[in-house]
Amino acid sequence: MKYVDEFRDPVKARVLLGEIRKLSAAISRNRTRPLQIMEVCGGHTHSIFRYGIQQMLPDEVEFVHGPGCPVCVLPMGRVDDCVALAERPEVIFTTFGDAMRVPGSRKSLLKAKADGADVRMVYSPLDALAIARKHPDREVIFFGLGFETTMPSTAMTVIEARKQGVRNFSLFCNHITIIPTIKAILDSPDLHLDGFLGPGHVSMVIGTTTYDFITRHYHKPITIAGFEPLDVLHALWMVLKQIDDGRCEVENQYGRVVPAHGNPNALAAIHEVYELREFFEWRGLGSIDHSGVRLRESYAAFDAERKFEVPNIRIADPKACQCGEVLKGVIKPHQCKVFGTACTPETPLGSLMVSTEGACAAYYNYGRTDMPLVGVDAGG
Amino acid sequence: MNVPAPTGARRGGTVRDARINMSHGSGGKAMRALIEDVFVSAFDNPMLGALEDQARIPLADLATHGDRLAFTTDTYVVDPLFFPGGDIGTLAVAGTVNDLAMCGARPLFLSCGMVLEEGLDVDILRRVVASMKRVADQAGVAIVTGDTKVVERGAADKLFVNTAGIGVVPQGVAISANRARPGDVVIVNGVLGDHGTAILIARNQLALEADVSSDCQPLDGLVATMLAVCPSIHCLRDATRGGIATVLNEFAQSSNVGIRIREDALPLREEVKGACEILGLDPLYLANEGKLVAVVAATDADRVLTAMRAHPAGAAAVVIGEVTERPTGMVVLHTVFGGERIVDMLVGEQLPRIC
Repeated sequence: MKYVDEFRDPVKARVLLGEIRKLSAAISRNRTRPLQIMEVCGGHTHSIFRYGIQQMLPDEVEFVHGPGCPVCVLPMGRVDDCVALAERPEVIFTTFGDAMRVPGSRKSLLKAKADGADVRMVYSPLDALAIARKHPDREVIFFGLGFETTMPSTAMTVIEARKQGVRNFSLFCNHITIIPTIKAILDSPDLHLDGFLGPGHVSMVIGTTTYDFITRHYHKPITIAGFEPLDVLHALWMVLKQIDDGRCEVENQYGRVVPAHGNPNALAAIHEVYELREFFEWRGLGSIDHSGVRLRESYAAFDAERKFEVPNIRIADPKACQCGEVLKGVIKPHQCKVFGTACTPETPLGSLMVSTEGACAAYYNYGRTDMPLVGVDAGG
Repeated sequence: MNVPAPTGARRGGTVRDARINMSHGSGGKAMRALIEDVFVSAFDNPMLGALEDQARIPLADLATHGDRLAFTTDTYVVDPLFFPGGDIGTLAVAGTVNDLAMCGARPLFLSCGMVLEEGLDVDILRRVVASMKRVADQAGVAIVTGDTKVVERGAADKLFVNTAGIGVVPQGVAISANRARPGDVVIVNGVLGDHGTAILIARNQLALEADVSSDCQPLDGLVATMLAVCPSIHCLRDATRGGIATVLNEFAQSSNVGIRIREDALPLREEVKGACEILGLDPLYLANEGKLVAVVAATDADRVLTAMRAHPAGAAAVVIGEVTERPTGMVVLHTVFGGERIVDMLVGEQLPRIC
């Protein structure tokens, strides 16, 4: 396929892997532990597993799968809130597909739908707005989820709803922002990261200059990366090159999509509609200051949290669950106590097991052959 | 169609209503007219035309085809009813014919049970029935018995079809999911994922446009061709819901072997690849309605491939991988990029990723 196959060329991959091997060998001469590079974004995690990239890398380099899967970091209580909203008889609750299976403390949205709630999967928030226009007698709520990548489209939808005077549409806003999250990870004491692959599509919106603090204050190199497998390898090589050169910069491998200053229209829409929350609860990471957004007062009429009584349920993560340690790269998914036993994609305890972008689900689905695992014949 | 037919019943009832109403399922004259006008006249065979409560099939005729009866049933609820490349009628016949064919059976007789929603256009029903007849003729099967129920508006979605089928397995043919052996090769009969993609696009929720048609087709002729050159086919299954990933996992688990496939060998249309890229779907899990996965001994592979390619339903047949000893019970994909990953069974429906 044009513009896709070029980024999956195995011959180019071998060349890059050779260079990565040379660099990591050089860097590792004076080190006792492997180089840990965090890919912040779930899209990267998905590519790494889908193309089997981890197994192609030398032992001296390992990926730490970061918090950038919005479905994965969604706390159970928020899912319970969604279910409570969806179960209101007047409500049509609309959501992106991958949020359907995320477990709440009582049930998932998929289960709520089976129990009679009107839950509909949509492919765009504009589809939800169209449903609202079609059903003026019902209240249509869109479950806004995701980082800066999806924020502009929900913001534009809310702006559009106001322009069209659609009064039965509202947003249950669970958008989160990437920068405070990376900062929280960098501040955690049990962390040993050596560098970052920066998120590609978030950066398309927010630009690259916002990451300067990572290099200035925390002295970690970061390379913004695309999502094709060659992008991932190329960006990894760029980070390693920085480490080897003793540099520490924000570099942009994904220049074909990411401009330095982001997308001004998208940023304007975000600014117009949202304001920062004081804090937001994350699954596995706890409460992080200024890491979520809500609708501004001027858009209160479209805010499901103001329009309906949202129970605001807070549920502690299951005790056995080690999602937080996995998210911070302290342990690998299969080192979690419940991985593959109590927690599987069929019965996920932690949300990292739910989405295909979650590190645990990716390990479970794509990578089991080469890890010791109870209950599955890994074939030696 | 389960209506007691009095001796000397008057034939040739005609449906004058434009839409199905409750009286078409009441057991009275309206129902009789529906059955005769829509079903009996279209399916057109003496066993059904006898209007008995059951078809009566001489055992001696069956025995000429082999030594075991194959019997299967499937229900079809596809939405939308009509899509590029087929409709619920073509699916209902091809699907059941293929389920029979996958054990090497020669499909012979089908039943047709229909649940109709009150208000359904009779013309829609006629179109579906005509499709069933066309595919039945193509596959050389007769639809010899049936049943019709009408339910109130909202109690069913327009039209559901159940078909059961009977076929006969030739002597000596022993196809089974547990017969894959290390060294065997894995063959598919053509491009994958067309049906799943066509349905996704036909549902029109995605604002995607692509020229992809369902691959819906009966495969009994192709299987007969394959068996003629290789009576000892090890495994054979049609890759419907769950796609080839599911079939390969079933083979690997039943046979206690590993299966390795090569991503660069998978036959996929550019349109299907593109739709999957945009929606974050994996074509290995997309439904097909005219594709089979065969496992044969390596020594038989060339003969089977040549025979398949000479048949219209197998013109694009290719080897996609091989059976290995390990990892037992698992399917491993060698990616285009040079890495490897497990191809597991799906947990639920494939859900598009958000970003």
